[in-house]
Amino acid sequence: MVKEIRPAVVMILLMTVLTGLAYPLAMTGLAQLVFPHQANGSLIEKDGKVIGSALIGQNFSGPGYFHGRPSATSDTDPNDSTKTVPSPYNAANSSGSNAGPTAKALIERVKEEVEKLKAENPGARVPIDLVTTSGSGLDPDISPEAALFQVPRVARERKLDEAPVRQLVQQYTEGRLFALIGEPRVNVLRLNMALDGLKAR
Amino acid sequence: MTIEGWLQIALFCLIVTLIVKPLGGYMTRVFDGKRTLLSPVLGPLELGLYRLAGVDARREQGWVAYGTSMLLFSLAGFLLLYALMRLQAVLPFNPAGQTAVEPSLAFNTAMSFVTNTNWQSYVPETTMSYLVQMAGLTVHNFVSAATGMALALALVRGFARRSASGIGNFWVDLVRATLYVLLPVSAVVTLFFVWQGMPQNLAAYTEATTLEGAKQIVAQGPVASQETIKMLGTNGGGFFNANSAHPFENPNALTNLVQMVLIFAIAAALTNVFGRMVGDERQGWAVFAVMGVLFLGGVLVTYWAEAAGNPAFARLGLEGGNMEGKEVRFGIALSALFATVTTAASCGAVNAMHDSFTALGGLVPLFNIQLGEIVYGGVGSGLYGMLLFAIVSVFVAGLMVGRTPEYLGKKIEAREVKMAMLAILVLPLSILGFTAVATVVDAGLAGPANQGPHGFSEILYAYTSGTGNNGSAFAGISANTLFYNTTIGLAMFVGRFLMIVPMLAIAGSLAAKKIVPASAGTFPTHGPVFVGLVVGVILIVGGLTFFPALALGPLAEHFAMRAGTLF
Repeated sequence: MVKEIRPAVVMILLMTVLTGLAYPLAMTGLAQLVFPHQANGSLIEKDGKVIGSALIGQNFSGPGYFHGRPSATSDTDPNDSTKTVPSPYNAANSSGSNAGPTAKALIERVKEEVEKLKAENPGARVPIDLVTTSGSGLDPDISPEAALFQVPRVARERKLDEAPVRQLVQQYTEGRLFALIGEPRVNVLRLNMALDGLKAR
Repeated sequence: MTIEGWLQIALFCLIVTLIVKPLGGYMTRVFDGKRTLLSPVLGPLELGLYRLAGVDARREQGWVAYGTSMLLFSLAGFLLLYALMRLQAVLPFNPAGQTAVEPSLAFNTAMSFVTNTNWQSYVPETTMSYLVQMAGLTVHNFVSAATGMALALALVRGFARRSASGIGNFWVDLVRATLYVLLPVSAVVTLFFVWQGMPQNLAAYTEATTLEGAKQIVAQGPVASQETIKMLGTNGGGFFNANSAHPFENPNALTNLVQMVLIFAIAAALTNVFGRMVGDERQGWAVFAVMGVLFLGGVLVTYWAEAAGNPAFARLGLEGGNMEGKEVRFGIALSALFATVTTAASCGAVNAMHDSFTALGGLVPLFNIQLGEIVYGGVGSGLYGMLLFAIVSVFVAGLMVGRTPEYLGKKIEAREVKMAMLAILVLPLSILGFTAVATVVDAGLAGPANQGPHGFSEILYAYTSGTGNNGSAFAGISANTLFYNTTIGLAMFVGRFLMIVPMLAIAGSLAAKKIVPASAGTFPTHGPVFVGLVVGVILIVGGLTFFPALALGPLAEHFAMRAGTLF
């Protein structure tokens, strides 16, 4: 038993050096060399300033932008560090709502969102992804239906015709990979950046 | 449910099936100590490791020595990881300035990673430094998986050898699994993941000014290198809190597909290693088939339940299945598939929040773990868990015909059946025992975030996940408390090591037996009858043991959900 202690101690130290330092550091070096953009978080810059990551959703609340999905992320309450306050799209504290299917709070929240959206675009069917929170709270995408649903509001706010806005949505809709893998989606940040460009024209 | 959804599920199954034979062949060579393509590069490194650690690679160990080595190695790893977390504030690679991890959380986390559970009571991006993520957690992602593979190999050798006293050398199995299987695959896939968008850096968190002018802090880190081994080693501990639902941990549907394949790859291929080592690949395929039947059943129910959605949403005029807690890029089908895969194997990574699944959609992951994660299962632990059920099955078959049971030419006698039952009973004892305690003490009742039956399900899931060494959660539960950190930590210990010891005892006693030549009276263990029998034994043992608890949780919730009752 005693003679087995040496291999146990030495082996965990060796494995730490090999798989815990050499491997991740070598991978970091290689990744920075070959794919620096992705390795640093697919950051998007505008006028030299980082405005976000192409992969991470942002909290759009103004009526002139397309909105992402509701987000359940939170942050520490600035007034009381033992409590948390809602902080949508907090990319330093990813989280889902973890509300179960029979949770009163969940159903009431969804109901509220549905009513708000119905008032905004009467007659159209509310897409479910626009009223449910994502798993990460950072979902960068919405479904094409959810984007099209918002076209009348966005066009109205920006005093644009609906047609070019709708066309923009179609342009920014990503289909399934090889027409099979994944789900059709629209990256909200990219769409909104293009929308700002549309305004300038 | 959609055609596209089923096609993607079919594609996944096809890829896994195609991997079994080539990877199984490669791993057989690795564990038989033969030369492989990578030997010229890794051979010297391997020998260097043995020399430094003082290991004689040619020495065979009996089951007691093998088990002792494994336990000592796990203990050393546990202590080192605990120390790293407690001291992270004064160690390098800590740009976010994380402070020392609190003792009960450090205990829970160290136990979690040493046992291949990767249950996370903490929010990684606000708790762990990059050093702990790499030199602590990533290391155990490798070695706890390698340990699992070593243990499965020990049991397989028990079947394959005759009149032998040794079942291999733990150190050699550990090193070869890490060097020849886990590291090379991880290195290649890590680069692929980075290409697809996963970060791999040591930078401080990025401060962005959003399009609307708000401040957004974006967490960064060496994500991809940990992500790969998290999947390949069926570990499942996320670099971020949201795990594989986080866009940085799983940027698109292609990375999602690769992640699911990684989860199953080694466990599925080990069935082939088993077949090859006992000299009849059909035996391996029979085990693969048992796993496949149970897996497809699980996928069917989960996908159906999630696509059918929540009746409470339907009443609000919403269509399209249950999207609460799911990401748009994965949708219903890939979220349901991922949930089944991650709990069938003992991975525990999630790409959607299981807590927000419908009642029956959430029941399947729970039930998968309770069956012992033998549906492909954890790296190694899936195979040895399944072989324990195979032993019980041949025993049952033997009782039916009144003949001494045999499996692969080895007589299965009282000692093996007792040990197999001991190992199998550990699971319900820990899961139901701890759940019962937590549902009556105040510290336990303070945990659940949801009310009604779902609250009970959260507690049940926590101990199921801990004991089963899975690591996924109904994550609403507030588990970062002294009570939950301690009890779940103990459940993880019990679920891992108290199952391993009787399993190794079986390996030892089987290895010492002679091979009985097959005769006309031998029950063939490579055909559909055997497959059906094992599936039946698994469902009856699992079903009977856990049905009452499931009735109180997800089943009660299902009927409440349909009746429109809210809590």
